[in-house]
Amino acid sequence: MRIGMLYSRIRRDEKLLLSELRERGHEVTKIDVRKQRFGLGEPPADFADLDLVVDRCLATSRSRYVTRFAAHYDVPVVNHPETAAVCADKARNSLVLAEAGVPTPATEVAFTKEAAMEAIEGFGYPCVLKPVVGSWGRLMAKIDSRNAAEAILEHKETLGHYEHKVFYVQEFVEKPGRDIRVLATDGEPVAAMARSSDHWLTNAAKGAETEHIEVDDEMRDLVETASDAVGGGLLGVDLMETGDSYTVHEVNHTVEFKALNEVAEVDVPATVVDWLEARAERGVREAVV
Amino acid sequence: MAECIECGADVSLHDDLEVGEIVDCATCGAELEVLATDPVELDAAPELEEDWGE
Repeated sequence: MRIGMLYSRIRRDEKLLLSELRERGHEVTKIDVRKQRFGLGEPPADFADLDLVVDRCLATSRSRYVTRFAAHYDVPVVNHPETAAVCADKARNSLVLAEAGVPTPATEVAFTKEAAMEAIEGFGYPCVLKPVVGSWGRLMAKIDSRNAAEAILEHKETLGHYEHKVFYVQEFVEKPGRDIRVLATDGEPVAAMARSSDHWLTNAAKGAETEHIEVDDEMRDLVETASDAVGGGLLGVDLMETGDSYTVHEVNHTVEFKALNEVAEVDVPATVVDWLEARAERGVREAVV
Repeated sequence: MAECIECGADVSLHDDLEVGEIVDCATCGAELEVLATDPVELDAAPELEEDWGE
């Protein structure tokens, strides 16, 4: 098949996918989105005759727009732009999870620092303030006191981009020193890992230790429902353990999997490419969110 | 091998080098983007942006 890979930086994850695709004899076109122009009519030349285009853009903003253009040109795209749009925005992500009945941390969104302070005081301390767009654990704040809350809110309001004036406040979940990442293809788990750290942030990008874990039935059900809620696709579903259950705090749409591949019992890029082949064969159905 | 555009030191490269990949200069620590592989051409990597990552 003819696969396009949209990128602006080739990480270990993209190399794993490229290697697997090429080993299987697929024709791969690497498309550096920094060099592309997207018009309203004909697609760029690099998009011609592709069976499928895979979005691996590092930048969320590019990912959101380039997938929308790919869909506009009727080029099947993974992930679907609606999935990208929902997953790129933590507030929208929380809303669709809640609407699907997926347990997710209590969350409030406010637009002024006064309203945000009321939300924070409502949750009590500690609670968590997150940017609505962002990843790798950046600009996440665990707020332990009113003094800290006031300082952070003022900094965000004064120094931040307009998106930082959308205050996303969340309850602090007392997880057992780890959270769980499940990589899934259309809701079917490929592999899962626990990410452990002494720090309250347990992102692999923050240096958390990773280990393989089995996917239990409850996790499997939640991953399937969460995936459906955002429109399906190749996703990273993040869960936290809450005693004898789980809460899903977010779903990621341009999921990194190199850390998972090192601990998983399955060949992650091979499983992903199996799924990409199946998707390319039948085209990519519309996401319904 | 290629030359670091920041410090001029030799940068060792993997066999499976890809255009778009980032390599580090072991001498000065600069992040370098691979612009071409045959011959190898390097440039300074773009700065980290706020919306990068998964």
